[in-house]
Amino acid sequence: MAEVPRPRHRRRAHSSARDLERYAGLFAERTTVMRSSAMRDLMAITARPEVISLAGGLPDTSTFPPQSFAAQMTRIAQESAAEALQYGPTEGFEETKDCIGEVMAAEGMLPDPEDVIVTTGGQQAIDLVCKTLVDPGDVVVCEAPTYPGAVPVFCSYQADVVQIEVDEEGMRIDVLEELIERLGREGRRPKFVYSVPSFQNPAGVTMSLERRVRLVELAAQHEMLVVEDNPYGLLRYEGEPLPPLYQLDGGDFVIYLGTFSKILSPGIRLGWAVAPPPVMEKIVLGKQAADLCTSTLTQYFLHEYFKEGRWRDYVDDLVGIYRRRRDVMLGALREHFPTEATWTEPEGGLFIWATLPDYIDTSDLLAKALRADVAFVPGQGAYVDGRGGSSMRLNFSGVNEDEIREGIGRIGAVIDEQVDLYQALVSPPGGSQSSPGMPGCEAEDVPVDETKPSPDQGGSVLPFPKAGEA
Amino acid sequence: MKVAVLKGGRSLERGVSLRSGARVEDALERLGHEVQPIDVGADLVRRLEADRPDVAFVAMHGAGGEDGTAQELLEILGIPFTGPGASACVRCIDKVLAKYAIREAGIPTPDWFGFKQTAFRELGAGDALGALEASLGFPLVVKPSRGGSSLGVRFAAAAAEIPQALVSAFSYDEQVLLERFVDGREMAVSVLGDEALPVVEAIPAEGDRYDFEARYEIGRTRFECPAALSDGERAAVVEAALGSYRALGLTGFARVDLILAADGPWVLEANAIPGLTDTSLLPQAAEAAGMSFERLVERILDLALAPAAA
Repeated sequence: MAEVPRPRHRRRAHSSARDLERYAGLFAERTTVMRSSAMRDLMAITARPEVISLAGGLPDTSTFPPQSFAAQMTRIAQESAAEALQYGPTEGFEETKDCIGEVMAAEGMLPDPEDVIVTTGGQQAIDLVCKTLVDPGDVVVCEAPTYPGAVPVFCSYQADVVQIEVDEEGMRIDVLEELIERLGREGRRPKFVYSVPSFQNPAGVTMSLERRVRLVELAAQHEMLVVEDNPYGLLRYEGEPLPPLYQLDGGDFVIYLGTFSKILSPGIRLGWAVAPPPVMEKIVLGKQAADLCTSTLTQYFLHEYFKEGRWRDYVDDLVGIYRRRRDVMLGALREHFPTEATWTEPEGGLFIWATLPDYIDTSDLLAKALRADVAFVPGQGAYVDGRGGSSMRLNFSGVNEDEIREGIGRIGAVIDEQVDLYQALVSPPGGSQSSPGMPGCEAEDVPVDETKPSPDQGGSVLPFPKAGEA
Repeated sequence: MKVAVLKGGRSLERGVSLRSGARVEDALERLGHEVQPIDVGADLVRRLEADRPDVAFVAMHGAGGEDGTAQELLEILGIPFTGPGASACVRCIDKVLAKYAIREAGIPTPDWFGFKQTAFRELGAGDALGALEASLGFPLVVKPSRGGSSLGVRFAAAAAEIPQALVSAFSYDEQVLLERFVDGREMAVSVLGDEALPVVEAIPAEGDRYDFEARYEIGRTRFECPAALSDGERAAVVEAALGSYRALGLTGFARVDLILAADGPWVLEANAIPGLTDTSLLPQAAEAAGMSFERLVERILDLALAPAAA
């Protein structure tokens, strides 16, 4: 039997510095705002097996029963191999839209299937919305901090990104109003407001009902679009569900983005967008140009999975698992983080956002943490303006309870070392302050008000009350 | 020939090292060698003993690979390896040790003070900061003693910025140094065997002079090779680099970084295992000397196998 020879060389023959220089002259203007950094190199080490990574945004796919996966894929192979291996419609299959309808109905929404497009993950939905709406220099408003994965999308379309702080009730809508007024005086308005209103990534906070209502009113009043990204809505561990913006608005000014990544699997890359018909028409054209259609095979898998009618049970299982992991992480934070640290207490989702004294740079802290075999996401990636330097995003869904305890313990220990060192530097022994070098005492010695940024300053980062005071 | 390529490991520069290693492996295959890629971990010695390579190509950067640890093991196992020996690696990875060696050889290196973290806690070194700042002046540079890729390197423009810069630098190493800032052009001299390759100049984008992170962002630093230097300048830069190379006991290859100020060159540090990625400076310098990457890799191997003849 003839064998295809294995390619001898895995790489290009020549890629010299001079070649790169030559290509550099060809790069589009927008690539100048796309950034790579030393931080990305640093993250390479989190892939090592001994590292406990609280850095990912990973759902726990290990709980999905392999035998049902096998059965579903077998049924597809036996009954619809040709169709499943073929191209599909750009908008996605009707059956997929039915599944989407079921998921949205679970949160009280009833979109017209004509307004729905199936996308390659929720990430593509963000990209397509920007592709449709954003010209270079257009104002895009998002939360501060915002989903770190949205920042490179906004930047690649050369948007003028304005971030609005969040507090425990989500985005500060009063600040948004001021911004709209200010822009109005300059003859501008935001193209859209991007928000993750429920269990926000990375902050973990949820927008209050009052603010949701006000945001939707503002959108209608100013004929401004709101892009509601809702990957975690069904992953609520406590409290009463709140209506999505899409439901409050009825779909006139709200573009809704959803995904199966967190309730089923990120590997199948299935997300969706719901938009008013004129906007959808353009999004479909954009999708055609981007990749013609979303994977047919994974859509077939989705249909089979939903046919079994147990998707809500699986989500309920996940909710139980993640709730326990969240509680373990919150307990570990109380035990291991210094008193002057603050963190959010999310009612759902996958993330906790912790903020340390402002003299600690979490990018540097990560280097130290990696030596202790633990990783998190430094806060800076959630801001476009260099803020967030003393914050970090912690994920509790992707690792088990023991690893969470151990991981937070290790991070706490490296923070303690930093706090201890800083104290020794700013108040040398023999000074008027009580001995800062004494183990266990250093944390209390920090003048909390001076180390915490004030909420009114532009540089403030989520000055939340500490656990127990909220 | 059987060549083991040592790469990756647990260093913070793991990412760069994996890219260096992949590129070296490819060049070695092209040269007709049998390549054994090794992502360095707890099984390193077992793997080397099982594979018995003729030579090891060390493509590791930072702690664990560039600090003499891997080199010591290779020396014990009797496997020839590329780049400098263990003792030179130990000197180079520690900027404080390296600067002593450079200064003792009569080569200018900016004034500095090195501190261990324990000095602040146990000896109250914080009390000495004032005197030290007066001696070095501002701005000054705070950097981890061991570490590369400008991770944790900070400028301090005033005394108030020092504690935070120290906390950052100490995140990367138990020892840091405060160094007088020398204003000038940034030069990198790659040395192969005992010859200097064409000098590379790093030209940061406007406004990024004090931003070490910028060096890592594509397009924010421009590299010029060969650097635009007068004959006199070039001679002074190369002499300082080669002098440092010898003073540190380096062999095989290395890269010496220095600042060319109005009063001449000031050596900052030497890298025992400079990067070998697409964008690294050593391959750039070799290319400017008319040497392809394959040829460069071959020469590095030759130097490892016959150091006396090199």
